[in-house]
Amino acid sequence: MEDVVYTKEHEWLKVGSDSITVGVTDHAQQQLGDVVYVELPDLETEFVAGDEAVIIESVKAAGEITIPFDGVVVEINETLVEQPDLLNTAPQTEGWMFRVVPKDKFDVSKFMNLEEYLAYVQDGEQ
Amino acid sequence: MVLNSLASKKTIFYDSHIAAHGNMVPFAGYLMPVNYSAGIIKEHLHTRSNAGLFDVCHMGQILIKGKNAIPSLEKLIPVDLDALKINQQLYSVFTSPDGGVLDDLIITRWAEDCFFLVVNATCKDQDLEHLKRYITACDISLMPHQSLMALQGLRAVEIMSELAPEAASLQFMHGCCSDINGIACYITRSGYTGEDGFEISVADEYALELSAHLLSYDYCQWIGLGARDSLRLEAGLCLYGHDMDKNTSPIEASIGWSISRSRRTGGSKAGGFLGSDLILQQFSHGVKKRRVGFVVDGRSPVREGADITDSNGQIVGKITSGGFGPTLQAPIAMGYVSEENSNEGSRLDAIVRGKPLPIKVARMPFVNQRYYRG
Repeated sequence: MEDVVYTKEHEWLKVGSDSITVGVTDHAQQQLGDVVYVELPDLETEFVAGDEAVIIESVKAAGEITIPFDGVVVEINETLVEQPDLLNTAPQTEGWMFRVVPKDKFDVSKFMNLEEYLAYVQDGEQ
Repeated sequence: MVLNSLASKKTIFYDSHIAAHGNMVPFAGYLMPVNYSAGIIKEHLHTRSNAGLFDVCHMGQILIKGKNAIPSLEKLIPVDLDALKINQQLYSVFTSPDGGVLDDLIITRWAEDCFFLVVNATCKDQDLEHLKRYITACDISLMPHQSLMALQGLRAVEIMSELAPEAASLQFMHGCCSDINGIACYITRSGYTGEDGFEISVADEYALELSAHLLSYDYCQWIGLGARDSLRLEAGLCLYGHDMDKNTSPIEASIGWSISRSRRTGGSKAGGFLGSDLILQQFSHGVKKRRVGFVVDGRSPVREGADITDSNGQIVGKITSGGFGPTLQAPIAMGYVSEENSNEGSRLDAIVRGKPLPIKVARMPFVNQRYYRG
């Protein structure tokens, strides 16, 4: 079983025992540029797959993070509100965004593993 | 920013940008760097505290020569060119017959009957047509094979004092012919970052060599269009096509100061430029809306296009430029609001993602300009 999987929207999903941690990939933060503002969801928000969960504003543009599965928000990384640049400096560690308890059994096979994701990024750049 | 899907041209510095890991995007018909590996915020702060080099070759450099240059140009530009000394320059605009702004520009007097204009990249072809349509008795040309770069920031003058001491002693909005290590160039003390700095016009064939001299200083580096935009926004300067255009008058755009006194009502050469009746009437009697600056509550940037509402939820204006000010570490914006809401301190809302976000009319520049005035 994969510990971390990736989405086509350049999010990483870390599969824990009872929740999934969501963040953006290093490739995503490079594309965004310097992040200056992050708006996180409220705790206990119930999301349906495809909902907009996070708003990220960089110096040059605004972007949204959508959630790729149904679930309830159980924790948010409040440090990001004061230090939005963590998304640039540590996107895959301290720059995590929120944790969700999925509504249904989480199916990792719907997402990409690291190797597949890196190939996907490379394809996009060509 | 204006993106252009047409085939993009490259400036003489294209390979240098790639070597500096420039993130290249089509802009005004050219492939230009938005940022380099440092990123917009670091590039912005570097310019304010050190020295930044900007490729502005995409801008138009226009030469106008002829006996009637002054009266001809004064029909299109609301300034007093007789009063302009040789090697002195002014910020101005091309006005339209209905009082709008066709482009903003810097005009420098090179000789008795010779003027040098720097105009926006997106407007240069249209500006040239405009000039040729109204001025038939002068030679007018877009200077071919001429590069333009801007050296900006607190330490720009340190570099210039070593390479071209005569340029280092210029005052803001003055220029001189110079020679940097044998390369002939025209240098002005000007720029669009709010910092002290220089713009250097040089023949294409020597441009790379000259840029290498400037970049040999370890505190000087390339700066992209992203930081150029955030620097000019903090300096409270208009971006043509966003903060003003053919549908806004210079008075509405709050650049009435750029109209020379002698061209205003009661002056010795009052009016006589395209749209002057309307523009001077607005100068004396006021306008219904005008461009102002805004500070924003919280950290979320407010972007171009956001509606501005009053306390009753009525739309009273629109944001025309907005972003995050790296020097201020806060979001800032500019836009147009109805006159009654335009006083400093007026509390309004900008509609961001469907929700009102409190903003306040603020004095510009947001960051003090540091032009060198002797």
